[in-house]
Amino acid sequence: MLDVMYFAWVRERIGEPRETVATEAATVADLVEELKAREPRYEAAFADLSALRVALDQELSDFDAPLAGVREVAFFPPMTGG
Amino acid sequence: MPMIRVQSEPFSLGDEAEAFAKGRTDTGAVVTFTGIVRDTGGMARMEIEHYPGMTEKAISGIVDQAMDRWSLDDALVIHRYGSLAPGERIMMVATASRHRVAAFEAAEFLMDYLKSRAPFWKKEFGPDGAEWVAAKDEDEDALSRW
Repeated sequence: MLDVMYFAWVRERIGEPRETVATEAATVADLVEELKAREPRYEAAFADLSALRVALDQELSDFDAPLAGVREVAFFPPMTGG
Repeated sequence: MPMIRVQSEPFSLGDEAEAFAKGRTDTGAVVTFTGIVRDTGGMARMEIEHYPGMTEKAISGIVDQAMDRWSLDDALVIHRYGSLAPGERIMMVATASRHRVAAFEAAEFLMDYLKSRAPFWKKEFGPDGAEWVAAKDEDEDALSRW
């Protein structure tokens, strides 16, 4: 089971800030494909991966990264702090 | 010990700068930077969202790098989230060092990294509705100078 979190416009398109996902996905990209196959709102949120960033257990990562041992995945647009 | 605060409440620039600079005898320079919400054409307010947990970790990692690289005596980062109106202070950075060049450079480094590596997102509410602020290429490019 994975905790999946969404921030900013990704959260708005998906319609919730977090959910628990039962998945066997090997990588982040596999997880994205699984989610996109579920419902159009995921398709809308994940349409352009170049516009998205991903963090695994609160560390910035990338879409090729394996999910083994990961508990928390977060998807969000490029950050705009400062 | 560097201090990191992520908060929704306003902060006093004067009080923070005074407390940060106070009681130092081996520090020759304190630099402070303050970010202010700028009205970009009739903006009423801005909402800042963040990723609790990752925010503190990411800032702490950036501060640790600055402390090491410029052998700082101390550092402070305050970053707000929630609803902010134009003119309000979003964030501040302070660095303390023996010499001013290190204090200035470390403050710039912290600002460059906070802009694109700390998980905050800004949404502006203006006359034409609400819009997420897009990250700028130049903010990402700014990291390459470090």
